[in-house]
Amino acid sequence: MDQEPIIALERVSKSFGHGEKAVWAAHDVSFALHPGRTVALVGESGSGKTTCARLVMREYRPDGGRILFRGKDLNDAGAVGLKEYRRAVQMIFQDPFASLNPAHTVDFILRRPLALGRPHLKGRAVDDTIADLLRRVELDPGAVTRKHPHELSGGQRQRVAIARTLAMGARVIVADEPTSMLDVSVRLGVLNLLNEMKRDLGVALLYITHDLATARYVAEDILVMYAGQIVEWGDVHRVLAHPQHPYTRLLLSAVPDPEVRFDDPGSRLDPGVVEAIRREARHRQDRVIEVGPNHFTRPAA
Amino acid sequence: MTASSLLSVQNLTIDYIGQQGDFRAVDDVSFDIAPGEVFGLAGESGCGKSTIAYAINRLHKPPALIRQGRILFEGQDVLDLDDRALRQFRWNKVAMVFQSAMNSLNPVLRVEAQFHDLLKRHRGSSKAQSRERAAEMLRLVDIPPERMRDYPHQFSGGMRQRIVIAICMALDPKLVVMDEPTTALDVVVQREILQRIDELRRSRGFSVLFITHDLGLMVQFCDRIGIMLRGKLVEQGPAEQIHHRPQHDYTKQLWASFPSLHGDPVKLERASM
Repeated sequence: MDQEPIIALERVSKSFGHGEKAVWAAHDVSFALHPGRTVALVGESGSGKTTCARLVMREYRPDGGRILFRGKDLNDAGAVGLKEYRRAVQMIFQDPFASLNPAHTVDFILRRPLALGRPHLKGRAVDDTIADLLRRVELDPGAVTRKHPHELSGGQRQRVAIARTLAMGARVIVADEPTSMLDVSVRLGVLNLLNEMKRDLGVALLYITHDLATARYVAEDILVMYAGQIVEWGDVHRVLAHPQHPYTRLLLSAVPDPEVRFDDPGSRLDPGVVEAIRREARHRQDRVIEVGPNHFTRPAA
Repeated sequence: MTASSLLSVQNLTIDYIGQQGDFRAVDDVSFDIAPGEVFGLAGESGCGKSTIAYAINRLHKPPALIRQGRILFEGQDVLDLDDRALRQFRWNKVAMVFQSAMNSLNPVLRVEAQFHDLLKRHRGSSKAQSRERAAEMLRLVDIPPERMRDYPHQFSGGMRQRIVIAICMALDPKLVVMDEPTTALDVVVQREILQRIDELRRSRGFSVLFITHDLGLMVQFCDRIGIMLRGKLVEQGPAEQIHHRPQHDYTKQLWASFPSLHGDPVKLERASM
């Protein structure tokens, strides 16, 4: 990690509600997104993953801490800086059926971000760029440019959504469960595409998922989140091979593994133990333990 | 079919009737489920696995049309049942858990009322009897019985899913059809629920038809597995065989499209589109 991060979150917090009822959806969250690297953010539903995505997308303002864009505090960025930030940070959503406007053609869907992101392009150059973008995401421009989203499969739609982020000139892509609604046989294709963009275009990726196996497939770094707190983080292979936090271990043990049958008594998850792990992981913990190079955890309870 | 099977689907063919010709959703599918067995149907969206699940409960509606085949449940063809017999059959013999089961509870009724609905109609139970049965069933799925006074929105998604399963088992059905029952839930909750179902099917002896696209999960849970591709059952066999010695190319391809948690992380090849 020799390069400077594009985006860095420093002890960012976000709460909802007031007083006694306040819920800390993100508490003291710090991580950095580097060009050409992927950070996977994993955790169960309600753990605060999407809140983090929205903080990065600047849909929410942090209640505490700060977000740095190319080393500068985003709060001091001003209107021009913020515009640049919004152009550079793009999102891919979980549901490809809902994230593309059904009334527009693929051509229109890509033409508009080009007009915003690369206004110097005119006439034929725009058409050529659209074709290039579609080829880049492995779609045939001749076949799909005139189509509406309903004429495309889920995987094709997700590719159009990726092309749209590239049209804006994205430097950071936040992908919130981008494959969970796709058929299994096309999932890998979309993940490979994200890997190519990272490698060839130097895009920084924040990959949000609850699927640890795909996290291992696309990411260099992983953040395990529970109850608004990142409980363990670091190099994805180290964390998954030597998980330290009980919650990380719980997540790993619950991943469907064809080698382990449910009728095998050793594989049984004890609901009481699961509940105890959850209860302990909910405690706020400011202390950080460095387990090894690029591998950190917070002590549980 | 063998005399020992609980459910025997024989040469089932189902078309969706369209203006420009028919779409064959299920094509000559045959399989048996033995008492107490968990049978899995795996395949991608549109392969016909849910259509089969609906047909077993006779829940298919036009434009779906059963062209041929038989669905024998304890030797009786489900397709021959008249309305009265069908009402007796559903819930009593075969209960169904849908993919979005946690949204299939009535949001304006307390959980106990939803138990009572079922028990009154099928067993003629009084409210007190229904409550007693509801308490017993909720305990089975690790939900405190006193919570039956609550409304569905007061439970988490995983708890609602468990309530649906409890309602399904209230009449002691012999077969529970589960169509992607845990797809919307996260892995820990999914594991807890399926593990519980696994224990219950052993203690109570019901069979399960389990539908999912997650082969890894299927191998963990099922005794036998069938793989579907475009309406056809291309392979079926014991879970262990589907896992270690898949015969059909499509089964191998399905396995290849799952990144694994173990082994070499870069060995994966792109699955065909």
